[in-house]
Order: sequence, then structure tokens, then C-alpha cells
Amino acid sequence: MLEKVKEIVAEGLDVNAADLTAETTFESLGADSLDLMDMVMTFEDEFGVEIDTEAIGDLKTIGSVVTYIEGLKK
Amino acid sequence: MRGRICGTGSYVPEHYYDNNDLSKMVETNDEWIRERTGIVRRHIAEEDTTVSMAVKAARNALADAKLNADDLDLILVSTITPNTVIPSTACEVQKELGAVNATCFDISAACSGFVYAYNTAQAYISAGMYRNILVIGSETLSGIVNWQDRGSCILFGDGAGAAVIRAEEGEILPSVTHSDGAKGQVLACESRQQKNWQEKENEKQTYVSMDGQAVFKFAVKKVPEVIGELLQKADLTEKDIDLFVLHQANLRIIESVAKRMKTDITKFPVNIEEYGNTSSASIPILLDELNKTGCLQKGQKIVLCGFGAGLTWGATLIEW
Repeated sequence: MLEKVKEIVAEGLDVNAADLTAETTFESLGADSLDLMDMVMTFEDEFGVEIDTEAIGDLKTIGSVVTYIEGLKK
Repeated sequence: MRGRICGTGSYVPEHYYDNNDLSKMVETNDEWIRERTGIVRRHIAEEDTTVSMAVKAARNALADAKLNADDLDLILVSTITPNTVIPSTACEVQKELGAVNATCFDISAACSGFVYAYNTAQAYISAGMYRNILVIGSETLSGIVNWQDRGSCILFGDGAGAAVIRAEEGEILPSVTHSDGAKGQVLACESRQQKNWQEKENEKQTYVSMDGQAVFKFAVKKVPEVIGELLQKADLTEKDIDLFVLHQANLRIIESVAKRMKTDITKFPVNIEEYGNTSSASIPILLDELNKTGCLQKGQKIVLCGFGAGLTWGATLIEW
């Protein structure tokens, strides 16, 4: 899942997927709240989950997205 | 029978606030607003009202259509910011234009209002009830915006757009509209006229309230969906459409929609930089600008798509 999340982030923010790790923060990539919302919608479509709008503020790193979505899928 | 747009018009007040003006009123700045919304200026009605802007846009549209006001048999005004509860804005416009033969009423569907009103016009024409219809979107959003709320006051502006729709032979073109009242609270504004039988200590001041992220998500999800439904109904693909004229709510919404539809952004004309979000006026103002600058050619297929409070959203196919 980490690789797929990286791929979505790379496409969403126009950065190189190879430069991304689980620890990469969205802030360091210059993403604002609307960028994040846009990616959240792609995560929802890709992984078949619904991400609570309230939870989005806690998704600071690529790894936190993976952990959150894995939690939803359990 | 079906209707064809045979004239367009628009009007925006001269006075505007640019982002630097707003940065003196609330804590914000030009860069922040541009990056998140694409908006640079929004025009503000000083002397003008929803009626006066509607009338000026209507006169432009009638001149473009080479039609007299007394040729009109229906005037539909979409607005959420009427000057008066009664009479309707449409009746006030009728009076100013001298459109003595027209039936007049307003439609309230917020930012989807122009699309809903356009569809209503098409339905009346197709039923054979009216032939020459004036459809107007006119809004004075500056009056319902909280100018101390930096999250919302940066977004909205005032203005009006109009289109004259004439009956012609042919099949009505497809449209798709939806509403979801259950999610209405993400973008709301209470009426100030409530419970007047009660003694009130303080008159309640009400303003537009908005959950920006929820509205963004709604728009970016529903706009591609409804356009997809429309294209399927019309047996067309994105490639067959020359222009997608979307409600101008936020440049970022339009960019995300284009990306999701895998369609070149150049097919999505924008003017939000100059006017901000003018609710139901945004589509007819943009359509008028495209028309008057020669960007529209006969036979072009154009999708109009509105989305906003209600929630309401819809897309309709037009042939220029």
C-alpha cells in the first residue's frame, strides 16, 4: 500500500515518487489543505474506504495515511 | 421544440476589492488567496442592487438577441440575494424592462441556479408554453457575507448574467440535475426574517457559513460524476465537448475536476480571477464573455455545470 500511496502523492503534487518515504511530510512537499483533500479523494477511490474529514488534519506524513487506511480496512 | 440561446449579457459593478484591500480587513494576504482560490478581485455593488444588475445584464442580452422586451413571454431570475422577498426579482426586472407580456418568477438554487433556470426554460419551451424566455442569474453576495470571516469573505462577489432563449424546431438536449438536502448544512445562510411574533432582544445577524473542505470534496466528486452522466445520456465523450463552462467557485475545484476527467484544462474557461464566486451569476457572466470575445462558434457543444448550496448540482448540454 505504501508504494501506491507514494504514487498517488507523486502524481497529486507533481513530485518524484522515488524521493518519497513513509516519513515524508505533506508540509515539506508544499501541500495545502486542498491538495490534501484532493489526494484523500483519490485514496478513497483507490482503496475503497471513506476518510473522515475530521481525520484529515492528523494525516501529516505518507506513513500516517497508510496506517490510517489499514486501520479502516481491518 | 427546444430552446436555443440567441443572446447573452452581463453586468458587474465597477467597484472592487482586490486581495490587498481584504488583507486590511481580515488576516489574509494576496498570495494565500491566489494559491487557494485563484481569485484576485471581486466586484462589490455599491449603488447597484440585485435588480439593477439583472436589468443591465438583461438589456445587454436582449440587444444581443435583437429582441424587444415585449417579445418576452417568461422571465426567470435565479437569485439567493433578492432585494425584496416580495415582489420577486423577476417582477421587478419586468417592470424596469417594460416586458409587459412576460410571466415572471424567481428560482432559488444557489450556485446551480442558472443551470436549473435554464432547464426550466427548456422544459417550458419543449412543453409549448412559452417561446421567448429571459433567464438571469443576479447576486449581491456582499450583502450576506460575513466580512470578518476570512475563510469565506475572500471568495464571493457581486454581478449578473443573462441569456435569451428562443424556441426552435428540434429535440430538447439532455440535462442531469440532482439535489441532496441531507448535506445542506455544509453551505448555509439563515434568513433574517424569522419569528417576528416574538419580542427580540437583539436582531440576529446571519451570514453565509461554509465548511470549505466538505464543499471542495462535494464539488470535486459530484461535478465529474454528473458530467459523466450527462455525456452518457447524450451518447458523447469528453472529446466531443468543446467547452466545459463550470460555475466559478474556486480555481482549484476546476483544476481538480479537469484532472479527474482527464480532460485538458484549456477546455475549462475561467474568469474567477476577476469576479470571485458570484453564485448563479457566474455561468452566464462567463458565457457572455466567451460569446462577446468570439470564443464560441456555431455548432460547438458546450456543457454548463453548476454546483452549490442545497446541496444542488447539475449539468446541461447546449449547442451554440
